[in-house]
Amino acid sequence: MSFLIPLLIAVPLCSAVANYLVNANSARWIAAISGFIQLVLSILIWKVYADFRAAGETAQFLLTAHYSWFPLWNINLDLGLDGISVTMLIMTSLVVFSASLLSWNVRNDAKLFFSLLNFLSAGAYGFFSSLDLFAMFFFLELAVVPKFLLIGIWGSGEKIASAMKLVLMLMGGSALLLTGLFVVYYGAGGNFSLTELASNRLGREIQLVAFPLLFIGFGVFTALFPFHTWVPDGHSSAPTAGSMFLAGISMKLGAYGCLRVATYLLPDAAVAYSPYVIILSSIAIVYGALATLMQTDLKYMNAYSSISHCGFILLGIGMQTKASILGSVMQMVSHGLMTALFFGAIGLIYQRTHTRKMEEMGGLLKSIPFLSAVFVIAGLCSLGLPGFSGFVSEMTIFVGSWEHSDAFHRVATILAAASIVVTAIYILSAIGKVIFGPIRQASHISLEPASFVEKLGTGVLVVAILFMGLVPFWFTNLISEDARLIMNQFTLLMNP
Amino acid sequence: MFTPATEAILIPLIPFLLFGIIGLAGRRLPEIFSAFLGIGGILASLLFSLHLSVSYFSEPVQGAFVLKEFFSFPWLNFSENLKISIGLVADPISMLMVVVICSVSLMVQWFSLTYMKGEERFQMYYAFLSLFTGSMLGLVLSSNIFQMYIFWELVGVSSFLLIGFYFQKPSAVAASKKAFIVTRFADLGFLIGILLLSYETQTMEFKGILDYFKSGNFNPEVSGIWMSHSLAAWALVLIFVGAAGKSAMFPLHIWLPDAMEGPTPVSALIHAATMVVAGVFLVGRLFPVYSLFEGVMQLVTWIGVLSSILAAIIAISQTDIKRVLAYSTLSQIGYMMFALGVAGKAGAEAGFTASFFHLFTHAFFKSLLFLAAGAIIHAVHSNEVENMGGLRKQMPIVHWLFLIGCLAISGVPPFSGFFSKEEILLNAWKSQPLVYGFALIGSGLTAFYMFRLFFLVFYNKSHSDVHGHESMGLNFPMLLLAIPAVFAGFVPFSSYVTSTGLPEETHLHLMFSIAPVGIGLLGIGLAYLFYFKQNSLPEQWASKLSGLYKLSRGKFYFDELWRAVYQIGLIRALATPAAWIDKNLVDGGLRMGAEKTLRLGDRVKLIQNGKLQDYVLYFLMGILALILLTLLMIQS
Repeated sequence: MSFLIPLLIAVPLCSAVANYLVNANSARWIAAISGFIQLVLSILIWKVYADFRAAGETAQFLLTAHYSWFPLWNINLDLGLDGISVTMLIMTSLVVFSASLLSWNVRNDAKLFFSLLNFLSAGAYGFFSSLDLFAMFFFLELAVVPKFLLIGIWGSGEKIASAMKLVLMLMGGSALLLTGLFVVYYGAGGNFSLTELASNRLGREIQLVAFPLLFIGFGVFTALFPFHTWVPDGHSSAPTAGSMFLAGISMKLGAYGCLRVATYLLPDAAVAYSPYVIILSSIAIVYGALATLMQTDLKYMNAYSSISHCGFILLGIGMQTKASILGSVMQMVSHGLMTALFFGAIGLIYQRTHTRKMEEMGGLLKSIPFLSAVFVIAGLCSLGLPGFSGFVSEMTIFVGSWEHSDAFHRVATILAAASIVVTAIYILSAIGKVIFGPIRQASHISLEPASFVEKLGTGVLVVAILFMGLVPFWFTNLISEDARLIMNQFTLLMNP
Repeated sequence: MFTPATEAILIPLIPFLLFGIIGLAGRRLPEIFSAFLGIGGILASLLFSLHLSVSYFSEPVQGAFVLKEFFSFPWLNFSENLKISIGLVADPISMLMVVVICSVSLMVQWFSLTYMKGEERFQMYYAFLSLFTGSMLGLVLSSNIFQMYIFWELVGVSSFLLIGFYFQKPSAVAASKKAFIVTRFADLGFLIGILLLSYETQTMEFKGILDYFKSGNFNPEVSGIWMSHSLAAWALVLIFVGAAGKSAMFPLHIWLPDAMEGPTPVSALIHAATMVVAGVFLVGRLFPVYSLFEGVMQLVTWIGVLSSILAAIIAISQTDIKRVLAYSTLSQIGYMMFALGVAGKAGAEAGFTASFFHLFTHAFFKSLLFLAAGAIIHAVHSNEVENMGGLRKQMPIVHWLFLIGCLAISGVPPFSGFFSKEEILLNAWKSQPLVYGFALIGSGLTAFYMFRLFFLVFYNKSHSDVHGHESMGLNFPMLLLAIPAVFAGFVPFSSYVTSTGLPEETHLHLMFSIAPVGIGLLGIGLAYLFYFKQNSLPEQWASKLSGLYKLSRGKFYFDELWRAVYQIGLIRALATPAAWIDKNLVDGGLRMGAEKTLRLGDRVKLIQNGKLQDYVLYFLMGILALILLTLLMIQS
C-alpha cells in the first residue's frame, strides 16, 4: 500500500502538466476530475490507514515509502502518515476539489490557472506526508511561488502589491525556517529524519536556539501575531480559489509545521517558550476578532477572522495538553473547511453582485437563496455553533487549556473564549447586512442562481463540516493516539 | 411497543429529522404538506412524551422519582474523565418539560397553519419550528451539562432564525441579532462555569456532578478560593449568568421585548412558554448543588425579584400588545427564579415545586395570551393597542379566551395561575418575608397591567373602521390551550415534582390566599376604573407620577445603557484601536522595515564601486575581524 502517498502527490502533478497542454475548456474538466480522484484517493488512504490500525498496527507512521534523494547529505524522500496527517490530506483534497469546481468560470488563461492550483495541492500533500525535514521544506516552497502568480494574474484590487507582500513575508518566514532546519540538522549530526530526531532528542541549548526560528518561520504561514499582516491583503486580492487555498490549506501548512516539527521535535524548548506562544496566540485571537469587527469588505472580514481562528490552533499547541493538541488539530481541519467554504461563498456572491462591500448589498436571501444559505452556514460554523465543526474543535481547545489551573493559563483561556462573543457579533452583522434586510440595489433583485457545479462545490464542504460537527468521535479516535505520542515527548521530559 | 429508551430518543429525533426533510425539500414540498409533516411529527412526539412520562411517574424507585438515564454514548472525548456524552435522562422536571414543550408546540404549529398562510417562506417556517422543538426537547432531556450547552446554543440559533423570519424588515433583523448576541454573551458565562465546575467534579454528567456534591467530597479549600468564595460557587454564579441570559433576567433582559418582532406564534412558543424558561430549568437541574451555596441562592433570589418587579412596572406603560405580554413574561419568569432561590432555605424547599408548577401553568396561559394577541393582530394588522379597542364585539371568542388568560395570570381562583402563584408566595413568606412583600406588590401590578391591556383591547373606545373577524383555524388551538389554562392548577403537582424526588401532600392554605387574591382583585378594580371606559384618569396619574411614568415608558433606559456599553466599550475602546493599530503600527512597521531594507540596499550598493583599493581594504578588515573572533573563541 506504500504506493498510495506517491500516487496522491503524482496525480495533481500530472494534471498540472496536462492542464497546461490542453485547451481551456478541457483544463477545467481535467482539474475537476483530478480533484475528484484526489478526494477519492485520500478517503481511500483514510480507509486503508484505519484498517491497519484496526488490525493492531502500532507503528507511529504507516504507509511509509522511502526514496533516497541526496545520499551525500543524508536527505531522503521519506513519506508516511499518522492520523494527524491523514486528516490533513482529506481536508486538503476536499478544499482542492471544491476550489477547482468553484473556479469553473475562470477566464483568461484558465490552463495556467488550473495548472498552478494543482501544483499547490501537490505541494500540500507532499508537505503533510513528509517524514524528512528537508523534503518538507521543499514541498512547502513548492506551494509558495504559485501563490504569487495566482494573486498577481487573477487577483483583484492592488493585486501586485499584495502578492509581493505575501510572497516576501512567506519567504522571510522560510528563511528563518531554513536557518532553523540547519541548526537542527547540524545539531543532530547531519540528520533530517523526523522519526530519528524524535527518538534521539537534541540537546536543550540547540533546541532553545532552533525553536524560535522554526516556530516563527512556520508561524508566519499561519498568521502568528505580529507576522500576520500578509493575511488580509493577500486573501482579499486573491481569486476565489486562491483565497480558499491560502486560508484553507496554506495556513494549515504552518500550523502543522509548528506542531509536527517545532513542538514535537523540540519539546524542551516548546515548554520553555510556551508562555510566549500562549501570549502571542491569545493576542491574535482577541485582537484579530476585534479588528474583524471594523471590516466593511467581506473578504477582509473573513481574512481577519482567519487570524483569530488560527490563533486558536496556536493556542492549543502552546497549551500542551493532550486535549488542547487534539483540539488544535481539529481546528486546523475545521478552519480549513469552513474558511474555504466562506471564501467560496463570498467569491460566488461577488461574481454576481460585483461588490464585496457589505453596505452595498442586502436582502440576498431573496435573490440568491442557495448561496445565501451557504453563506449563513459558513458564518454559523465560524461563530462556533454546535452541529458544525468549529464548535467541537474550539471546545476541545478550551477544555484542554482549562487543565492548567494557574491564573495565567486560565486568563488566556477566558480571553480566547470571550472572543467567540465578538465572533458572533461580526458574523451576525455581516449576515444581517448582506443576506437579510431590504435589497439595496436594483441590480440585485434578480441574480443568476447557483449552477450545479457551484452547488456541488459548496455542498461538498457543507457536508464535511456537518459530518465533523455531528460525529466528532470518528475524528478524535483517528488522531487521539498521535496526540498522545506528542504528549509523550513532554512526559519524558518531566521524568528524565 | 417501544421501550422507554427508544421513546426518549424519538421524542427529540422526530422534530430534528423533520427539520432536515422540510428544510432540504424547501419549496419543492407543497405548503400544506410541510405543515402537516411538522404537525404530525410533533403530535407523535407528544404521544411518546405523554406515554413516557406516565410510565416514568408510575414507577418510582423506592418511593422516589430519581434521575434515570436511558442511554449514553461518548460523543467527544476530551481526556480520560472529561467527555461529552450524548445521553438522555428522565427525572420529574424533564418529564414535565417534554409534555409542556410538545403540547404548546403542537398548538402553535396548528395555529400557524392559518396564521402564516400565504407567507413566502412558509416551508422554512415549519422547518425552523421543528428545529426549535427538537433542540428544546434535547435540552431538557440532556444527561450531560455540555450536551445541554449544545442544545442551549441550538435553541438560541433557532430563536435567531425565527425572530428574523421577516428578514426584509430591518427591525426584525436587528432584533434577531440582538437576541443572539446578548444570549451569547451570557452563554460565555455558562461555558466558563461548565469548565470550572467540571474541573472540580471531573465529570460533565449531571448524575456525576450531583453525586459529587451529595457525597460530601466537596471541600472549598481544595477547590480553590477566589475573592473569598469557592471556585465552585463562582462556577454556579457563571452558570446562572447563562441561565439569566436565556431567561431574560435583568439586566440581560433587553433582547426579549425586541424579540417580539418575530411572528406571533413564535413568540408564544419560544419567547413565552419554552425557551425563556430554560434558565429556570437549568437552575432547577442543578438545584441540589445550588442549594449548598447560600450566597448564590441569594443572588438568584434577588435577580428574580428585581426582574419581576421592574418588568411589571415597565409593562404598565407599554402600548404594543406583544411588548406588554413580553414584559409580563419577564416578570413571571422572575417569580419562577426567586421561587427557586428561596427554596434554598430550610422549610421553604417546596419553593422548587412552586417554581416548576408556575412554569407549567404559565406555559399554557401565556401561550394562550400570545396566540390570542396573534389572532387580534391578524385581524387588526397592528400591534398598537391604540388601533384596537372595543374588539369584544368583533371577536367574542378571543375576548373570552383572553379573559381566561388574564384571570389565570392575575392569580384569580380557581384559574391555574392562582395555585402556582400561591405556592410561590407561601414559600417566599416562609423563607424571606421581604421577598414575599415584593412578590405581593408584583401580583397587584400584574393584575393591573393585564387588565389594562384587556380593557384597552376589548372595551374602551371602539373602532368602527376595524373589521375584526375570527376564524376557527385560529380559535380551535386556543380553545385547547384554554383548558389547561383553567384547570392545570388542580394537578397535584407536589406529588410528582419536588426538590428531593419524594412525593409530598398538597395543602391549600385558604387563609394565606386572602392577601394575594385581594391585591390581585384590587389591581383588576383599578384597571377597570382607569381603562374600562375612555377617561382622563390615566393621563392625570401619568402626570402626577411623571418621574416613575417616564422611567416605565423608557424601560428604565436599559437599552440605552447597553447601546453605550456596545458602542463605547466595544467599538470605540477596543475594536477601533485594534483595527487602527493593525493598519498603522503592525503593518506600518512592516512597511517601514521594507523601506529601510530598500534604502540599506541602496547604500550597500555603493560599496561595490569597482575600486580595487577599497576591495583590498574590506578584505583586510575581514581578516582582522576573523582573527579577533578566533582569539575570542579560544579564550572562552
